[in-house]
Amino acid sequence: MAVPSNSGFRIDPERDLDLAREFMAAPAGLHSPNLQRLLRAMRGGPLEGKHALLTTRPGREWTLIRLSGSRDVPPEVLEDRVFDDRDEAERVVFRLRWKEHTGRDLEL
Amino acid sequence: MVPRKVIAGYADALSIAAGESLDVKVSVEADVESYRCDIVRLICTDEHREGPGLVEEVIDSPVNRSWPARRQSIHVGSYAAVPEMPALGSFTAQAWIWPTRLGAPQTIVAQGSALAMELDESGALALALGGERFASGRPLLEREWAFVAASYDAGSGAVRLIQSPMRHYPGFDSRADRRFHARPGQRFEGELRIAARGAAPDAMSRHYNGKIDRPRIAGRALERAEMDLLAEVAPPAALAGDIVGFWDFARETPGARIVDLSGGERHGVLVNLPARAMTGFNWSGDTGDWRVAPEQYGAIHFHDDDLYDAGWETDIRFDSDPALPSGVYAARLVVPGAPPEHVVFFVRPEPGARGSDVCYLAPTASYLAYGNYRVMDCGPVYEAFQGRLLVAGPEDLFLNEHPEYGDSLYGEHSDGSGICYSSRLRPIVNLRPNSPLWIFGGDGYLTWWLERFGYRADVVTDEDLHEQGQALLEGYRCVVTGNHPEYWSREMWDAMKAWLDGGGRLMYLGGNGFYWRIAFSEAYPGAIEVRRAEDGTRAWEAQPGEYHMSFNGELGGMWRRGDRTPNQLTGVGFTAQGFDRGTYYVRRPGSFDARASWIFEGVGADERIGDFGFADGASGQEIDRYDAALGSPPHALVLATSEGHNDNMLLSCEEFKSTHMMLGGTENPKVRSDMVFFEIPGGGAVFSTGSISWIASLAWGDGDNNVSRITRNVLERFRDPAPFPDLPQE
Repeated sequence: MAVPSNSGFRIDPERDLDLAREFMAAPAGLHSPNLQRLLRAMRGGPLEGKHALLTTRPGREWTLIRLSGSRDVPPEVLEDRVFDDRDEAERVVFRLRWKEHTGRDLEL
Repeated sequence: MVPRKVIAGYADALSIAAGESLDVKVSVEADVESYRCDIVRLICTDEHREGPGLVEEVIDSPVNRSWPARRQSIHVGSYAAVPEMPALGSFTAQAWIWPTRLGAPQTIVAQGSALAMELDESGALALALGGERFASGRPLLEREWAFVAASYDAGSGAVRLIQSPMRHYPGFDSRADRRFHARPGQRFEGELRIAARGAAPDAMSRHYNGKIDRPRIAGRALERAEMDLLAEVAPPAALAGDIVGFWDFARETPGARIVDLSGGERHGVLVNLPARAMTGFNWSGDTGDWRVAPEQYGAIHFHDDDLYDAGWETDIRFDSDPALPSGVYAARLVVPGAPPEHVVFFVRPEPGARGSDVCYLAPTASYLAYGNYRVMDCGPVYEAFQGRLLVAGPEDLFLNEHPEYGDSLYGEHSDGSGICYSSRLRPIVNLRPNSPLWIFGGDGYLTWWLERFGYRADVVTDEDLHEQGQALLEGYRCVVTGNHPEYWSREMWDAMKAWLDGGGRLMYLGGNGFYWRIAFSEAYPGAIEVRRAEDGTRAWEAQPGEYHMSFNGELGGMWRRGDRTPNQLTGVGFTAQGFDRGTYYVRRPGSFDARASWIFEGVGADERIGDFGFADGASGQEIDRYDAALGSPPHALVLATSEGHNDNMLLSCEEFKSTHMMLGGTENPKVRSDMVFFEIPGGGAVFSTGSISWIASLAWGDGDNNVSRITRNVLERFRDPAPFPDLPQE
């Protein structure tokens, strides 16, 4: 489990469901302080294995990738995870990271 | 399907005058016979789904045809080459070194193919003599100065290796003085190399990473005390008959030559732009200016991934028509099934043949600074910094496969030291359509907007402004910037200031502008230099004592820490950055002042300005604010201010003296864009938006929006020669 980081924040799969709902409603926006902290814990993880996007059609389509963490090693391209909306990609990665951090699927 | 980039190119210039020719150099990294070239004028360079898309117009040219494909290589790594060397029998080779990446065999000094003083895999000093090898067996430490020497007596075959570090530590003692016996009577011929081995630029190997100071060669095996004499700053008279090479790296620091003081005129040339004006082993810490104490700046920092000129052969020569309108152009290179390559260039008007009263100053210094920026190498917190998932493109995958294309001024060398030079004489694969808005892609919304409203602006570049100065701008009523004119040489700034003082009118439509000091170079045309000095939002930090630029000696770093601030020139200065979403402006009392109310004609008093755009809102990415304490003119009117930033929009580090929790956009009052207008005595004026994202809102809704309206109102008034009314004395 690629749980990062130095964050002291531990995601609680019961207590933090409201934060997950807040994120799902607006992946980019004015987030509450606790959601900001949760996102920093998720986003601050090591580059190795980190999810990111690869533009496959500029401005229109993106594919999920996992970074290698090394400049000499290309990322893994997850060709079955294609998005036409970056917010939707944010939601999917949020769910993946929720599972990594808590061991549980996010069920809202 | 994952697009795979297979073609790359660059040209011998970024800017040509109409009528001049351009040499385009191309490499195709795929097994195809040919590719297609078309010269295009670029009008919109970003493909946001709700925008105009990629708008390009093919220009008639005989070069618009199929061309044979070939692969061209890039050979990275810096070194010095000394072509004229006498044959050596007995010798001493010595230097002070500061190695930065131990673990691979690397050359300190080599002559021909048979003699090399090196560091071996363990980091210990080694000497290769003919087929024999000798090593000290004691690894040096990274980033610790050490005197190293190797001597050979051809009569007896005696070899001596000396490592004398400046500091040593219990358990990490790297001192050594070893004696060996080699085959006597050897002679060593050939050219001398410092920091690499090899006979030709395309056949170099065993590159050294780190600094070398005071490299010397003597024609006999010296005693230890004589080596100390040889390491003095000037050639010692006592060794006059023995000195073969005595290179003083502090001489001609701005140039590409190394100077030999032996009397034998064994000067050398530097290849691939290693870093000069570097502190030497004897730097005292009392001065940071190599011009004041050159003897303390005798080091050159070599890197195995330095690159100045890829040196490719020309594939296509484009002879531009003297009647070609000034603009942003590209040689569009297409291999079917792969993303097109655009070798971007700018066509400026011929002197005396201006096509417009409006001039777009394309921020090519910024494009160079961000050249080959690598999204995927930016460190674990980069996603948190962006506030969104990182987005890589085909160019990132390509750079992943081709590290030899070099990195940006935001990257680090393989040894972890910051990259302080960037050159356009290599393919820059993100100076292309659909690069991030703040690099090149977003400026296409400005050129689209100018076209949309019938302004055929002339286009000139930062490099043109640096070279031609104020004369370049003479005759234009109005200069419009791109969205991120961040890098300015003194010459560029002085030219802009003089033009404004002479009645010029500037529309600064960007953010984080006029921020870093750079230098251009006569010795290295097409390259710029930056030193990430003691303050500012920095991707890396210059070493202490290395804040002065090698190209011209000026103090590097932020303009704000020098003799001028961006606020003085534009009314605003960098204040915050955040990349997840933009927001809008609201009008301030200044916008209702009769001096500026014309800017808001057609805009309601309570209207939100720019709550739309291809960056989500007109205030975003990097933003600037008015601050009289930082030199914003007291008579400048603050017309509008952004609001609604979130906490991913964070105050820049030069704005707080010690850390605290209130740095984000929801709490810190300094986190805001200010839109500013002021008049300059003599008829000049400045309008600043203080946001990178402004231009990304211009083209929203086919250009029918209030950001566009405000920008048009300003541009129309700035083109009108009527002077602005004099202000009464306060």
